[in-house]
Amino acid sequence: MAQAIAFYTLSALILGFAVLVITARSSVHSVLFLVVDFLFVAALYVLLGAQFVAIIQVIVYAGGIVVLYLFVVMLVNLKRPPEAHRDKRRLARLGAALAVVVLVEIVAIAFYGYVGPSPVEAAPGALATGNVEQVGMMLYTDYLVPFEVASMLLLVAMVGAIVLTRRNL
Amino acid sequence: MITPSHYLILSAVLFAIGIIGVMVRRNIIIILMSIELILNAVNINLVAFSAQLQNAVGQVFALFVICVAAAEAAVGLGIILAFFRNKETINIDEMNLMRW
Repeated sequence: MAQAIAFYTLSALILGFAVLVITARSSVHSVLFLVVDFLFVAALYVLLGAQFVAIIQVIVYAGGIVVLYLFVVMLVNLKRPPEAHRDKRRLARLGAALAVVVLVEIVAIAFYGYVGPSPVEAAPGALATGNVEQVGMMLYTDYLVPFEVASMLLLVAMVGAIVLTRRNL
Repeated sequence: MITPSHYLILSAVLFAIGIIGVMVRRNIIIILMSIELILNAVNINLVAFSAQLQNAVGQVFALFVICVAAAEAAVGLGIILAFFRNKETINIDEMNLMRW
């Protein structure tokens, strides 16, 4: 039951933010919606018991690829200068509100960690799949050649991106 | 009870949203982001079947898909930057340099 609630909530959020990504008027908003969408997909992976893929999703997608997109959007989308917004203090208020929320969250976590019950140890073998050890073992034994090919692909892409963005292309 | 069919439907809808983005939008950066959505839909399928079959191979292939997506984003955005430097546009309708 709890799993069903989590699945439907996450699905609604994933699809809603995906729609926002492709309908947002501003490219920057689109990129930010994409970050949120990737984070909810990572939560869905956790629900499926694939913790390693979830972590990689957060690090590589939400941390790396999206920052790359954001840089390119900022570089090519200079029609509206940032100081054109009417209410200059809006961002300050938003930042203050976010800071308060984070502070409350940290205090709540500290309080809970202090007085709450100690976390229950996961039963051994509760998750037959999805643990990092199993994926890593498979990646470095059965799928070693595809793994090396993927690393070569990343190297080639890196060199290609550097060559493409040279000044005198 | 959540069955793999639920995940397949979610993945199919996400894939369709990505396809709509590729077809409808004219901003090439949004089109690349829609392609990322499509790759995410594929990853959801792979991980869902991995959980259903109790086999980690699906997760290994999901990692490969993420790797390819990273390479695609780097090269695609490099091409966009090089193009923007030459033609001052990111509208895909005006990208016809290679048309003969």
